[in-house]
Amino acid sequence: GYLDEQFIQLEDLQDEANPNFVEEVVKLFYTDSARLLRKIDLALDDRPFDFEKLDDVMHQFMGSSSSIGAKRVQRKCTEFQEYSKDGNFEGCTRTFQEVKHEYATLKKKLENYFQLAKVAR
Amino acid sequence: MTGNSKNKMSALIVDDDKVVRRVHGKLLTQLGFETNAVENGQEAVDLFTSGECYDFVFMDMEMPIMDGTEATQKLREMGVKSTIVGVTSCNVEAKKQAFMEAGLYACLEKPLTRDAISSLLEQVTKK
Repeated sequence: GYLDEQFIQLEDLQDEANPNFVEEVVKLFYTDSARLLRKIDLALDDRPFDFEKLDDVMHQFMGSSSSIGAKRVQRKCTEFQEYSKDGNFEGCTRTFQEVKHEYATLKKKLENYFQLAKVAR
Repeated sequence: MTGNSKNKMSALIVDDDKVVRRVHGKLLTQLGFETNAVENGQEAVDLFTSGECYDFVFMDMEMPIMDGTEATQKLREMGVKSTIVGVTSCNVEAKKQAFMEAGLYACLEKPLTRDAISSLLEQVTKK
């Protein structure tokens, strides 16, 4: 699956006071992610290469991803961090494309989920 | 516990991530806390310096401007007696050790869960 128990916890937090809590948090995640992914893209173009900066931004993105239960995205982020700790630029670049792919797939699945949820209400 | 006039426990969330602040804020509110949130350790220190106080502080470890370890140290030096709980997804033991030694009551994994907070409350109320 694309999401873990943390997503279920988000759904449990949805109540009368915040009936669209999950969608609100996911939208916040998209905005924050766009910024962080852009930062990583730019950092990968930097010369000299700064692995520490890359690792730092990826750690932030991982934190956001774990808050919504995006487990496949998180797994790819962990792979990326292993490459950045080893100073492996090629590994970082390749894995980052995979991170972006997992993120795009998750985004599409969540959009479908929220559309279905609206119809079901 | 200091609480407030409605006898609710108060919690300060200190985290640079908007998503985390929103999710943890909602979780703690649902569990009966009055919550406030700031973006980094410096803002947390400033709040306490201005006279505000909280029963609990949920402190992220890695933040810009002032990180959780430094903020915790500063709060303890100021004589703050709140239950400061570290919250982190970092798996570097040395960093977590330094964080604990700065004056944490406990260090929990991010993201926080209902079970983790209930367990924490049980421990804290026993002391």
